[in-house]
Amino acid sequence: MDFYERYAAYGDGEFFRQVQSVTEGDVQRVLGKHTLSPGDYLSLLSPAAAPHLEPMAQKSHSLTIAQFGRTMVLYTPLYLSNFCTNQCLYCGFSRNNRIVRRRLTVDEVETEARAIAATGLKHVLILTGDAPDIAGVDYIESCCKMLGRYFPAIGIEIYALSQADYRRLIESGVDSLTIYQETYNEALYSRLHPGGPKRNYRFRLDAPERACRAGMRAVNVGALLGLDDWRRDAFFTGLHACYLQDRYPQTEISVSLPRMRPHVGGYQPGCIVEDRHIVQTMIALRLFMPRVGITISTRESARFRDRLLPLGVTRMSAGSCTAVGGRTDKTANTGQFDISDERSAPEMVDMLRRAGWQPVFKDWQRLGV
Amino acid sequence: MKPTHSTDALTIGGHAFDSRLLIGTGKYPADDMIPKIIAASGSRIITVALRRVDFTATTDNVMRHIPDDMQLLPNTSGARTAEEAVRIARLARATGCGNWVKIEVIPDNRHLLPDGHETVRATEILVKEGFVVLPYINADPIVARQLEAAGAAAVMPLGAPIGTNRGLTTREMLQIIIDEITIPVVVDAGIGKPSQACEAMEMGADACLVNTAIASAADPVAMAGAFAAAIRAGRDAWHAGLGAMQTHAAASSPLTGFLYQQE
Repeated sequence: MDFYERYAAYGDGEFFRQVQSVTEGDVQRVLGKHTLSPGDYLSLLSPAAAPHLEPMAQKSHSLTIAQFGRTMVLYTPLYLSNFCTNQCLYCGFSRNNRIVRRRLTVDEVETEARAIAATGLKHVLILTGDAPDIAGVDYIESCCKMLGRYFPAIGIEIYALSQADYRRLIESGVDSLTIYQETYNEALYSRLHPGGPKRNYRFRLDAPERACRAGMRAVNVGALLGLDDWRRDAFFTGLHACYLQDRYPQTEISVSLPRMRPHVGGYQPGCIVEDRHIVQTMIALRLFMPRVGITISTRESARFRDRLLPLGVTRMSAGSCTAVGGRTDKTANTGQFDISDERSAPEMVDMLRRAGWQPVFKDWQRLGV
Repeated sequence: MKPTHSTDALTIGGHAFDSRLLIGTGKYPADDMIPKIIAASGSRIITVALRRVDFTATTDNVMRHIPDDMQLLPNTSGARTAEEAVRIARLARATGCGNWVKIEVIPDNRHLLPDGHETVRATEILVKEGFVVLPYINADPIVARQLEAAGAAAVMPLGAPIGTNRGLTTREMLQIIIDEITIPVVVDAGIGKPSQACEAMEMGADACLVNTAIASAADPVAMAGAFAAAIRAGRDAWHAGLGAMQTHAAASSPLTGFLYQQE
């Protein structure tokens, strides 16, 4: 059974029927278990689990410390291009938005790389809009080969690729993929993506699996929480991560919990995701998958990120900039979304150390292919 | 005469060490805690993941906190195949981390369980290249024998899956390995409490490697000291010879006593 079939099994309101039928007794039974099933994870995401956040958080904290220690891997995004052929209603890079478009040359990317490397950060995540004619695999490959001189770990967060193209990028130095389904709700997905290649739901849904097959070391999935009912998207994100980890045990699977942020275009969220919902999602996920990596980006406020530290997070972005060329050109163009936590890398390091967490700059060593 | 702690050395790869507690470097809130952990534990061997070592040293680096007189045991964390483990080991040696290596070949990110077949392959290659190889394995006596035959300097069977702190859940298989393998047996992974490390030593293990249980303690330095004491106690008990364990009380009216009675 592929992941789409697993997803479809919860169609026709089945997810909502199950999540509404969970009782507090069910939640308490799950809290006493050692290994959780997808149904148990669903119970922890349910409204019935809301009064049990504290014991869930305590358990999540213990599991996280045992598995990862008091450490936090830091990474930073590097935007290469904001040209885009998609029309995602919720994204500042949508081709319908009148913003200044730019694609960095490889030399300009190197200038940004030097600025990032000078902060001590070792894990870089490169991003582009979906415009293969302007920022295609050849271009990304050239950038990655250059970036390998500065960073031991290179992640990509770009448009969905074929397995062969993922393999090409792995051979050029990429070791991790981040790709969000945005929403697992197929009908809503269709409405939110009225045009462009991203409109193909199944091609995007299966992208993480193609990367696993191509031999990607780490794959990070997620949904943009707020587009649809947060419980539903959080559930399918966890189900997707579990499916991938079961089928590709060699791959490090992780999950991001991005929440909608203000952006050019002004699409309003379909669902208000409160801080307590993010917390419930994170700790339910940790109990469901004790070894899964959990990423929180600078979309979240500094204050909230600080409080999430002990709850299950394993990776955080630092010194972020969502504008193309924004690190070296302060007059650069519009970002993909507004950053909420604007702290620099040294400020993040200070915060982590004060809180008793070790900032980890380097957690991978590229060996070549 | 029973050996004293100063004469009862742990010998691996031709080197003698006066501590039987090996420690790690991961999971601590700060790397500058490592010298205090070393002092409190008395450990002489420390493992470090090459993936965490920053060769450019533009940031605070775990290697700066490890004294020169410690035996460095680089590990191949992140390797999924024998080939990757071999390349990491070679990189470690080329970058000045010495010729000791703890092989970790882990193709299973859910439970972090090692691949015995790939571990044996990597050991065979690295031993021929002059490495002192300490492989991390499931508590599998057959794999342990194969590693001994391949020239491993020690074997490191797990007590329980990494990071679980569940103790010696593989006790029966560990005992077979301890009894039958002639190279040092270092119980690695899963030890959550000093009493469990003590038990491993009472069983006859040569040493224990403890990371999570120390690093995740409320007071890691104090816990390092507690583990050192437990391992010494377990070793002393093993030397002293534990009394045989009985499943029944000894009968006060033996059934065969008449055989020895004078008519």
